Amino acid sequence: MTNRIALCLFAAIIILAPFIPGFPPFWIILLDNIGLAAIVATGLVVLTGVGGLTSFGQAALAGFGAYTAAVLTTQYGWSPLATLPVALAVSALAALLLGFVTVRLAGHYLPLGTIAWGLALYYLFGQLELLGRHDGISSIPPLTVGPISFHEPARLHAVIWGALLISGIATLNLLDSRVGRAIRSLRRGSTMAGAFGISASQAKLIVFVYAAVLAGLSGWLYAFFQSAVTPSPFNINAGISYLFMAVVGGAGQVWGAIAGAFIITELRDVIQRVMPALITDSALYEPIVFGVLLIVLLQVAPDGLWPLVQRFLPEAKPRRIPADAQTLTGRDLPVPRGSEILKVSDATKKFGGLTAVNAVNFGVKSGEIVALIGPNGAGKSTTFNLITGVLSLSSGSVSFAGQTISGIGQQRIAELGIARTFQHVKLLPDMSVLENVALGGHLRGRKGLLAALLRADRAEEAALFAEAARQIERVGLAEHMHKPAGSLALGQQRIVEIARALTMNPSLLLLDEPAAGLRHFEKGQLSQLLSQLRSEGMSVLLVEHDMGFVMGLTDHIVVLDFGTKIAEGPPDVIRKHPAVLEAYLGGAAEPRERSETVSGGAEA
Amino acid sequence: MDLTILLFLVQDGITNGAIYALLGFALVLVFAVTRIIFIPQGEFVAYGALTYAMLQGGHVPGTAYLLPIFAFVALLFDLYAERSRITGAFLLRQGIEKIVVPLALLFAAREMAGVSTVSSLILTVAIVAALGPHLYRIAFQPLADRSVLVLLIAAVGTHLALTGLGLVFFGAEGQKADALTDFSIDLGPLPVSGQNIAVYVATVLLIAGLYWFFERTVQGKALRATAVNRLGARLVGIRTKGTGKIALALAAGIGAVSGVLLAPMTTIYYDTGFVIGLKGFVAAIIAGLASYPLTAAAAIAVGLIESFSSFFASDYKEVIVFTLLIPVLLVRSFASKHTDEED
Repeated sequence: MTNRIALCLFAAIIILAPFIPGFPPFWIILLDNIGLAAIVATGLVVLTGVGGLTSFGQAALAGFGAYTAAVLTTQYGWSPLATLPVALAVSALAALLLGFVTVRLAGHYLPLGTIAWGLALYYLFGQLELLGRHDGISSIPPLTVGPISFHEPARLHAVIWGALLISGIATLNLLDSRVGRAIRSLRRGSTMAGAFGISASQAKLIVFVYAAVLAGLSGWLYAFFQSAVTPSPFNINAGISYLFMAVVGGAGQVWGAIAGAFIITELRDVIQRVMPALITDSALYEPIVFGVLLIVLLQVAPDGLWPLVQRFLPEAKPRRIPADAQTLTGRDLPVPRGSEILKVSDATKKFGGLTAVNAVNFGVKSGEIVALIGPNGAGKSTTFNLITGVLSLSSGSVSFAGQTISGIGQQRIAELGIARTFQHVKLLPDMSVLENVALGGHLRGRKGLLAALLRADRAEEAALFAEAARQIERVGLAEHMHKPAGSLALGQQRIVEIARALTMNPSLLLLDEPAAGLRHFEKGQLSQLLSQLRSEGMSVLLVEHDMGFVMGLTDHIVVLDFGTKIAEGPPDVIRKHPAVLEAYLGGAAEPRERSETVSGGAEA
Repeated sequence: MDLTILLFLVQDGITNGAIYALLGFALVLVFAVTRIIFIPQGEFVAYGALTYAMLQGGHVPGTAYLLPIFAFVALLFDLYAERSRITGAFLLRQGIEKIVVPLALLFAAREMAGVSTVSSLILTVAIVAALGPHLYRIAFQPLADRSVLVLLIAAVGTHLALTGLGLVFFGAEGQKADALTDFSIDLGPLPVSGQNIAVYVATVLLIAGLYWFFERTVQGKALRATAVNRLGARLVGIRTKGTGKIALALAAGIGAVSGVLLAPMTTIYYDTGFVIGLKGFVAAIIAGLASYPLTAAAAIAVGLIESFSSFFASDYKEVIVFTLLIPVLLVRSFASKHTDEED
């Protein structure tokens, strides 16, 4: 909450500043420019800093807001305030259309795409008759609300900073919500998000539209601030400069956006106002200074300047979980204990000429722990990806509780109650363990973007976090709950992944090498936990190399080698199975009584 | 539209397309070796064109002064990076590379400005190409291991700085150079100028040259190895820092050649390069930043689309060309789909 109070105080000071006697008028203008830029940069904080989508095109999106206000007031005689919802809607609609294509762009194609449409829109603004071509639209009436006119600079100033305050608080609310966690999970790739029922493309579209609405708001204010709109403030260089602000400030935080907007706008002002006294034609040097600064900053402070400031600020208090939080509803066992919950039939996966998984058949009975073992490269993780819908089957099928799940997609599979962990830990290292685990409860919440912005999601959030905390305690990591997940040992991070999977309340748990990196004592604890889950009716399928762990825990073992099932049966049978021994130790090895730890190495 | 206009548009499209192809090659080359999406490529074109125009007009171009400055900053970077193990041989090499050569080029530019077309041409390419490695040393080498996105943002910063420097060193006035030759032949109803022919010849020669460089020389193979796997290349003893510099020298040289070819055909301003470079980009991206022949074909297509759209909807020429990129990016994204795209 302190962050919000600080933001309110800061905005209040800035809003009241013009009433200080002798406050220079050009400072008001400068602060307005900062506020307008900070609104756009705040959107970029969520889009780029948190969501990882780099956009050079925000200025063009601001153009939609500005031109909507200009056209409706000058050509259709609308009252200025009435144009606000339309301006925001137009920006959102434009973002929805652009975003529909843009968010599907992978990796570096995405920022290039934003450059492409950013340029195209700029040229378009300059060519359309409706928008006054290159001359733009002038004599926009001042902003009025009923009898109050905001023509006077100090009043418009209050509106601009009020808008920034609202944007900032809405953004803080968004980041601290179920949708916010989904957005944050984007940086870890769509596979992890999908495993918890988050549609990556939908989450991307949400942030894209959100950032565009903020850009549109800034553009709308700009139209009344300047009383005129021309294409040039919406060109690609302006878009670069907004991104620059977010990067300079520290792209992950609202304060970073404000700091970035402040620094860049102030710097530009200094170059334009102060330097002419020192050098003639100093406007020439503006792009050089900015370009050089950007490169220097990337080299010396890659996370932006705000994190440097933050070091001197008190640490945020750990999240409190109200004792009266609601309990989330559980899930009934989809099939009675002992009957088959998962069936893999003739599952085959080919990557080009390589058959990674070759006509594999096996099943998991409800309330059973089944291990999938085999030497490195046997196709175990591929099998996991086939079951969870990350990869599509080349042929064969997978069914869960009697329903065919092959081809229905990652999210639907997660909804049915299959949760997983990853061989290569996929946590968000900067987020606390608690928040990481709460991500697992995504499908158990309902609240969307609007509820998050208005903070109407508190009861549900409390319930989700209470559930997450319960699962963290259950796996024995209660003391680490509020630490950043990245600060834990790798073995512990795997356990955090199990807690996250459990928060989904699954009926089938898929664990990819859960014991790797654990100490002997911790393995014992994990083994106990899994036994307890089994006694509660949970079904578990695990991939593991630690044979001691596997033999002592599991009910049934499936052995893969080169993508083909070579054996299947209870641990005692597998231990002596000649094909298994040959696969692991080579043909010449004699069966020994205690050859439990066959391979301890992790797959690369 | 009659046949003559059609032929004109085709010729115009192919000529522009050939220039875009050259830039596309440079972009593919730089991306493959360094993973930098090299937004400032267009600035090399503007630098090349303006340098050439000034030399031809008997003036000393700003780039001749810019080169020693860049080299000096790069020298400071190297001295700082190597401060604990500076040897005589190191100083000698650095001195030649970063003081003697740039000053020699400056001297040559002062002495030989306006002497002949050929000397202007050679000097232009030498000066602009020499900027490339220093630029890499200053802006990109410290970020070499960072993500493609960080490198892209750095490239945008470099673009801004170079545009600004262009304005400072060349001024806001546009320049146009004299044609390389007044030779012209008529192909049916269509006159083909020597300048057009020079563009085609240069493009073909550069394709051949790049092919020879990458297939037949150790340096070229080292560049390709770095492109495939940076770490692997380093493990077998390739100096990946060096390959980045070579890549940028080639890119700057190609940019300079494109600039020289373009200078007699259109007026070039300090900031003209950006949009020209971006069209090379459209071509390079159509080819997935990977294939030279595909880039050439795509570049010709871009040139033709541009030339026809400037005839039918000249106001919307840029809108059309850049909007075209979006479906291409989309197709590329789906083609390069991998199961996990972490940052």
